[in-house]
Amino acid sequence: MTELPTSTNRKMGLVIDLDTCVGCHACVISCKGWNTENYGAPLSDQDAYGADPSGTFLNRVHSFEVQPAATPSQPDPAAQLIHFPKSCLHCEDAPCVTVCPTGASYKRVEDGIVLVNEDNCIGCGLCAWSCPYGARELDLAEGVMKKCTLCVDRIYNENLPEVDRVPSCVRTCPAGARHFGDLGDPESQVSQLVAERGGMDLMPEMGTKPVNKYLPPRPKDQLDEQIDVLAPLLAPVTQGPGGFLGWLDKALDKLPGHASGQSSGGST
Amino acid sequence: MHPAPSVILFTTLSGLGFGLLTFLGIGYPGVTGWVAFVFYAIAYALAVGGLLASTFHLGRPERALKAFSQWRSSWLSREGLCAVAALLIMGLFAIGAIFLERDWRLLGLLGAGLSLATVFTTSMIYTQLKTIPRWNMALTPVVFLSFSISGGALLAGQESLSIWLLLAAGAVQLAYWAKGDKAFAASGTTIKTATGLGGEGTVRAFEPPHTGSNYLLREFVHVVGRKHAQKLRVIALLLGFGLPIVFLVLPVESSLVKHLMAAFAVLSHMVGAAVSRWLFFAQAEHVVGLYYGKR
Repeated sequence: MTELPTSTNRKMGLVIDLDTCVGCHACVISCKGWNTENYGAPLSDQDAYGADPSGTFLNRVHSFEVQPAATPSQPDPAAQLIHFPKSCLHCEDAPCVTVCPTGASYKRVEDGIVLVNEDNCIGCGLCAWSCPYGARELDLAEGVMKKCTLCVDRIYNENLPEVDRVPSCVRTCPAGARHFGDLGDPESQVSQLVAERGGMDLMPEMGTKPVNKYLPPRPKDQLDEQIDVLAPLLAPVTQGPGGFLGWLDKALDKLPGHASGQSSGGST
Repeated sequence: MHPAPSVILFTTLSGLGFGLLTFLGIGYPGVTGWVAFVFYAIAYALAVGGLLASTFHLGRPERALKAFSQWRSSWLSREGLCAVAALLIMGLFAIGAIFLERDWRLLGLLGAGLSLATVFTTSMIYTQLKTIPRWNMALTPVVFLSFSISGGALLAGQESLSIWLLLAAGAVQLAYWAKGDKAFAASGTTIKTATGLGGEGTVRAFEPPHTGSNYLLREFVHVVGRKHAQKLRVIALLLGFGLPIVFLVLPVESSLVKHLMAAFAVLSHMVGAAVSRWLFFAQAEHVVGLYYGKR
């Protein structure tokens, strides 16, 4: 049924730390790997080894350049590169669910995960149109809509070791930039992380009330005084050798023939 | 948005078809027998042809029947139900008019109402999308309805009425373009709200996630062709409204020439409406483009 539940028992979701994401795309690859061979239809590629390859991904990493505004203390701040993983935000007020004409899209009451029942999907694409985040992609081979399942086939899977019962992207992230938990429980680790770091919503004006939160990058470029302290240590190190080695160096230079490693200009 | 030919055909043709059904339903013209047969054949060809074209863009057209189930929340589902109901009711009304020389007034009015409701629900599929500010306006349903009603009047041979309706639809079209051009900026969605980054500074898309294209870019980011938008707008206005009005007001004596002129007016209007509908999609910018530094 494509009506949204009025409330969900839990709000399972991701917290993504933009301060620590290094943009390695490991989450993209592990997501594609897990999800292409588990829940639902595989994530197909088209022209994978040709001139114009493309494919279905449930998680993509963008990179943005942020140029902070100049301030009296920072008249010429350096630009920052922010890597920005983006997948389904499992919105509380998910427009993708209500637009679905067949009831294939739904939001689960027990944990708030937004899923697609692929057997009912007609591939009209309207849910992807309604999503501001580009979280849904129509699989060209299968003709049905694919989206992040929050690895619903991992997180409750008792055949897996407990440490693996988190979404594949979270398990894989080498930087610890992705966190998984119940954002409806203010005592949960993810909720406390969001409170502590000022976690934010993407496009709050869309009224989608995303469950996933993003932790903003911490301010950087505050090293002016420390650079002065380090400056003496950064003095040039290309000075010539002294003592015996210096004498030897000069003596050898006086011998006929070019010194090795110098293509021209050597004295003879 | 990618201007898919199937969706442009669908909304243009079925809009005209349901517009004609509306006029037939309210009894303008109140035709019976063979004349009625021709009118209903044209109306059904347009409406049903459009609906069939719309299934071509489905990934799984064989499951299309499931789309009738979610009328409580989905405008697409409501559109499907309204369309089928309108076609069934008007079908009954048409049988009465063609074969029994009967005018079942209530049935006709109900069918006319359902025909307009179909056009309205179609427009709401687009209007409801906050992600596309150019569509998310009260004027969008007015555009769809005014096109359908004026085109329907033209097809129904309501000459003097259709001149006024075409003028009104042209004015609505101009207002829609004027307001739509400001819609994205007015929505308040920027790359800053999309990423939450930047503070007082600036944010720029530096690297896309993939070097190649993807479904999102193909479906939502359509830049090619927008550069001719102003010329196409002039063409849409001239063909959709200007020429048909000229054809209608030209004083002609013979009824053959008169019919020929009406046919020209209809064809011109259809081409103009299709150009306008092409622009409706091609110029619509989806906010997801912000993540790619594209509109």
